[in-house]
Amino acid sequence: MIEFYLNDQPIRTTEAPASALLDFVRYHEHLMGTKIGCREGDCGACTVLVGELTTDGQKVTYQSMTSCLTPLGNAHGKHIVTVEGINAAAGQLTPVQQAIVEEGGSQCGFCTVGFVMSLTGHSLSEQPATEKSTIAAIDGNICRCTGYKSLERAAATLTAQLANRPTQNAVAWLSEKQFVPAYFEGIPAKLAGLRTQLADAEAKAKALNEASFATAGNDAGAVSTSPSGHAQSQNGHGSSFPHAAHPLLGGGTDLLVQRLEELREQPVRLVFDQSGRRGIRQEAAGRVVLGAATTASHLLESELMRSLIPQLPQYLKLVSSTPIRNMGTVAGNFINGSPIGDLTIMFLALGASITLADLTGATRELALPNVYLGYKRLAKTADEQVTEISFPTSLPGDFFNFEKVSKRTHLDIASVNSAAWLRVENGIIQAARVSAGGVGPVPLYLARTSDFLVGRELSAETVAAANEVMQTEISPISDVRGTVEYKRLLLRQLLLAHFLRFAPEEIVVSNLI
Amino acid sequence: MNHLDPQRHVRGESQYLDDVPTQQGTLFAAVFESPLAHGVLVNLDLSAALAAPGVVRILTADDIPGDNQIGGIVPDEPLLAHGHVHFRGQPVALVLARHEHQAHAALKLIKVDIEPLPIITDPRVAAAQGELIVPPRTFKIGDSAATWASCAHVFEGVAESGGQEHLYIETQGAYAFPTEMGGVRIISSTQGPTAVQRHTAHVLGLGMHQVEVDVTRLGGGFGGKEDQATPWGALAALGAYCTKKPVKLVLDRMADMRMTGKRHPYSSDFKIGLDKDLRIVAYEVTFFQNAGAAADLSPAVMERTLFHATNSYFVPNVTATAFSCRTNLPPNTAFRGFGGPQGMFVIESAIAKAAEELGIPACEIQRKNLLRENDLFSYRQPAEMCHAEQAWDTAAKEFDLAGTRAEVEQFNQQNKLQKKGLAVMPICFGISFTKTPMNQARALVHIYSDGSVGVSTGAVEMGQGVNTKIAHVAARTLGISVNRVKVESTNTTRVANTSPSAASATADLNGKATEMACAALRERLLRHACTEYTLNYEGLEIRDEQVLAAGVPAETDWEKLVSSAFWKRVALTENAHYATPDLHFDAATNQGHPFAYHVYGTAITTVTVDCLRGTYTVDALRIAHDFGQSFNEVIDRGQIEGGAVQGIGWMTMEEIAYNAEGRLLSNSLNSYKIPDIYAAPKVLDVHFLDTPGHPKAILRSKAVGEPPLMYGIGTYFALRDAVRAFQPRTALPFSAPMTPEKVLVSLYPEFSAAETGWNATAVGTPASIAS
Repeated sequence: MIEFYLNDQPIRTTEAPASALLDFVRYHEHLMGTKIGCREGDCGACTVLVGELTTDGQKVTYQSMTSCLTPLGNAHGKHIVTVEGINAAAGQLTPVQQAIVEEGGSQCGFCTVGFVMSLTGHSLSEQPATEKSTIAAIDGNICRCTGYKSLERAAATLTAQLANRPTQNAVAWLSEKQFVPAYFEGIPAKLAGLRTQLADAEAKAKALNEASFATAGNDAGAVSTSPSGHAQSQNGHGSSFPHAAHPLLGGGTDLLVQRLEELREQPVRLVFDQSGRRGIRQEAAGRVVLGAATTASHLLESELMRSLIPQLPQYLKLVSSTPIRNMGTVAGNFINGSPIGDLTIMFLALGASITLADLTGATRELALPNVYLGYKRLAKTADEQVTEISFPTSLPGDFFNFEKVSKRTHLDIASVNSAAWLRVENGIIQAARVSAGGVGPVPLYLARTSDFLVGRELSAETVAAANEVMQTEISPISDVRGTVEYKRLLLRQLLLAHFLRFAPEEIVVSNLI
Repeated sequence: MNHLDPQRHVRGESQYLDDVPTQQGTLFAAVFESPLAHGVLVNLDLSAALAAPGVVRILTADDIPGDNQIGGIVPDEPLLAHGHVHFRGQPVALVLARHEHQAHAALKLIKVDIEPLPIITDPRVAAAQGELIVPPRTFKIGDSAATWASCAHVFEGVAESGGQEHLYIETQGAYAFPTEMGGVRIISSTQGPTAVQRHTAHVLGLGMHQVEVDVTRLGGGFGGKEDQATPWGALAALGAYCTKKPVKLVLDRMADMRMTGKRHPYSSDFKIGLDKDLRIVAYEVTFFQNAGAAADLSPAVMERTLFHATNSYFVPNVTATAFSCRTNLPPNTAFRGFGGPQGMFVIESAIAKAAEELGIPACEIQRKNLLRENDLFSYRQPAEMCHAEQAWDTAAKEFDLAGTRAEVEQFNQQNKLQKKGLAVMPICFGISFTKTPMNQARALVHIYSDGSVGVSTGAVEMGQGVNTKIAHVAARTLGISVNRVKVESTNTTRVANTSPSAASATADLNGKATEMACAALRERLLRHACTEYTLNYEGLEIRDEQVLAAGVPAETDWEKLVSSAFWKRVALTENAHYATPDLHFDAATNQGHPFAYHVYGTAITTVTVDCLRGTYTVDALRIAHDFGQSFNEVIDRGQIEGGAVQGIGWMTMEEIAYNAEGRLLSNSLNSYKIPDIYAAPKVLDVHFLDTPGHPKAILRSKAVGEPPLMYGIGTYFALRDAVRAFQPRTALPFSAPMTPEKVLVSLYPEFSAAETGWNATAVGTPASIAS
């Protein structure tokens, strides 16, 4: 049983946990304001808000997500908001809706609700609204009619209005200004009630499970408490004991694109809200540890990550879009095994390892480069689940850079991406890790290139020579994202880009031209 | 006044096809498509699919009761493949099942045996093999062949422009219901309700009166639903007709991309001759249009290419020839601009080529050759009320063209790894269907006895704001508030024999018909007021819902007048017919007066190229546009901004890729990119030129749908300008779109897969130590 609030209505459903929230909203609840554009998270027409009760149970934080890729099971215990849930009575418009209408930001209207929801989500955000942040809120929404300028004008109107939003009790203010209906103020209490009720139910289920499966000898079906405090079992809420082979499902951003039909026909092990799978911490030994359900947005929100990688916001701006970053997990990006996974490429250069747990609870650690055996072939059994990701903390003065080029700069898959980490002392490279995506069957850790760099001078000659090594280490193919020749050239350029960022003084490009 | 629909759009209350409540008993359809691009259909084994859960029936060509033919211009396109398949994605069978996922699951169980035949994807190869959709056509004025010898400069070259996916966010679809009279009622997401009606009637062997098509609105069309909404409407209708159950067919995004046609790619040869003063004296061009596997609208698109082959320039000697080439790709179709952009891209390439060879800015040639009043186009229509020079000069002044150029040059001198580029793009676009008989429209206007008004026309609302414009025309003509006016759905039983909503002409044609119907009603009501209230007809008017006699309020207002007219049995309904006057065109001589008028404008584009990575941004697009007398600036500005960004997409990131087997590689939104908010120009200024408009434009407000798309062409040439600032020696083919790949490869022409490093002799080492 999946239980949540949809707008102001409680929902209890036995629909498949891996079915798309979008289909539930449109075809079960007949809320037709949420539109289907692409079913792969690339257009934003189906954007809804997902509200989650904070651990203290005092308030609900809202994020925009594309409902086409949101597993219904991930709605469990949450507040799902569609446009019908923000509409004011009697045809009145919310300030977001009003701004779009007044600026001519809606033409055919099919994408419009997605923009309305993204901007409403931004209104509910705790971050101050700036011109940039408001535009960033709609970076996952594609409009084919307007050319976006009218939407930018609407966003500017909204930014100005949100300047007056108080930091305390914002929902009351937003409700008074009719950004959201008054019932929003009661949602934290409702979700807290649901949390308690679910915890009780899960405790009973746990007792039952333990009785029924006393011989199973593992804790895969155990009830756990998610960081948000609501309890749930790993298979989606305690209705049945998870079979070991049941697929793991995280944020849905890859699996619901690729395998929706198949997954919704079977039980799955939901990871997104699994206990202890979120959170980013620095351990005494100097390693940074991420829970496997850490999303790209969590990376961005983490002060620790931003202090370690100051350019992280700029890098992550190149990775998918706001709603997808709210959903997609770092571990999911690794395990999807895409040769061009942006986060994978970043973490390869950060020197990351993953911790895998099998059904007995036994764990092992695997260096990220060793995860990839071949195209979408992983050194991981179906039973094993990523529980943690870790990487060594850089020293002050270490270089890190991420580069990505795609046909469209934002919300696109890379033609080639690359990351590099470097430690330099007295002009000599002491340690190096270079990675590249889109140039082989797997996300590549460029071991030979990295090794080559060590002990050499930080100089243009070294870059040129490293490129020669790098070109022998890659095997790009021509496809829709570029020809072999382009990918080789582009990676050469990205290697140069890394070094120009690290040492613009030492690397002079004058004789390029 | 704002666009009326968005009030509902923002609340998610506007109903699109897939939002229509599902009737009980509805069957869901899925299309089985050809997995090969060309071949003989040997066998189709449906047995496993028929046995699959929920499957009710599978229809093939054999189930079609009428004629299996939906070709609009040329009868060369079956609804369901029979005998042969001609492209990957061609509909072969229609699965009907109780649930949508059951229909899709059953597709995988259909086995088809196709004997492969040779596949052609290149239009020049098709032309060489005589695979033409229609005979080639040539537009000719003067004698270009005799002029070359006297030219001071002659340049030749090749220009290629790619296809473009419409990417309406609402995919294609239709919902059909059997009617008690043995016909069908179809709710269709189409720009051409009459086309769906006519072809469905033909396929079902029914009279057109037995097929009703209703359209509330589209979630985007852009030409993609002009002709290509028809197969889905007809297939759903076939299902409803055969099963006597409602049938719903909605294509998922990837099926839509695989199965529907796109903007036509063109490959063209040009030759341009200039005199010593840089006047273009001769231009020859041969267009090879990639039509795909069936005619669809390709002959008309090809014709519009010829009409726009010289863009906004006067050229006294022109020979323009076009071949519509049959290839094994989905039939390409209408897309905003309808062949015009493809034609303009070639002459702009020719001018750029001349300028680059002569070492002068292209705008020197462009400005000197702009059309002037009464200059003849190659098809002999004169440029009347011509604003080409006004648009250019206004843009140059308002947006400081000279200063911008100086800034670009200065930036480029100061920066090595970043280069700016600049281009000016003038446009001239003819308004009317070039098929003269299509320039007709009707409006049916009811005044209800309470004074409210319902208007039906053939116009389809797809975001362009035509319903708002029509409501405005009705309210203004009747002298009442727009709040009293409702524009009804587009329905073939209310307004018959309509032209599609296309050619930028929808508001003109349907607006004029609305104006006529409302004017007739107004006159009838005022005549009634004369008798009823003993007033002089002269000087009688309705303004702001008040009846005024010589400016003085009479003792009646709109509501009272309407009510009194009703009780005196005055007809409160009017049906008006409008046909654009003075249009004619002889397709045998390719001469005549095909356009009601032309729209002019000029855009200045600046871009910045990251010469390290090959990426770029459009910094500014500044446009001076000839709206005439715009009566809705919000809508009209929206059309300019949206059209221009769509044009930029076509010229930059939107790259359609097929492999040699005719399989679409750019087959989803993750592999086909349209502009997102960050890709839109940082600055997009629109200056409303002070022009009088044209009497054939609705309320003198000129058609605005297609022309702005062509401003996007400037982005291609601005990028080219920037690339050449970094790498003057590059051999840069005229090939759009200018993807980051093409930019980077052009910046570093010496790099090749074999020679992967920095070649010291060619470009020097990449870097040296600054010590």
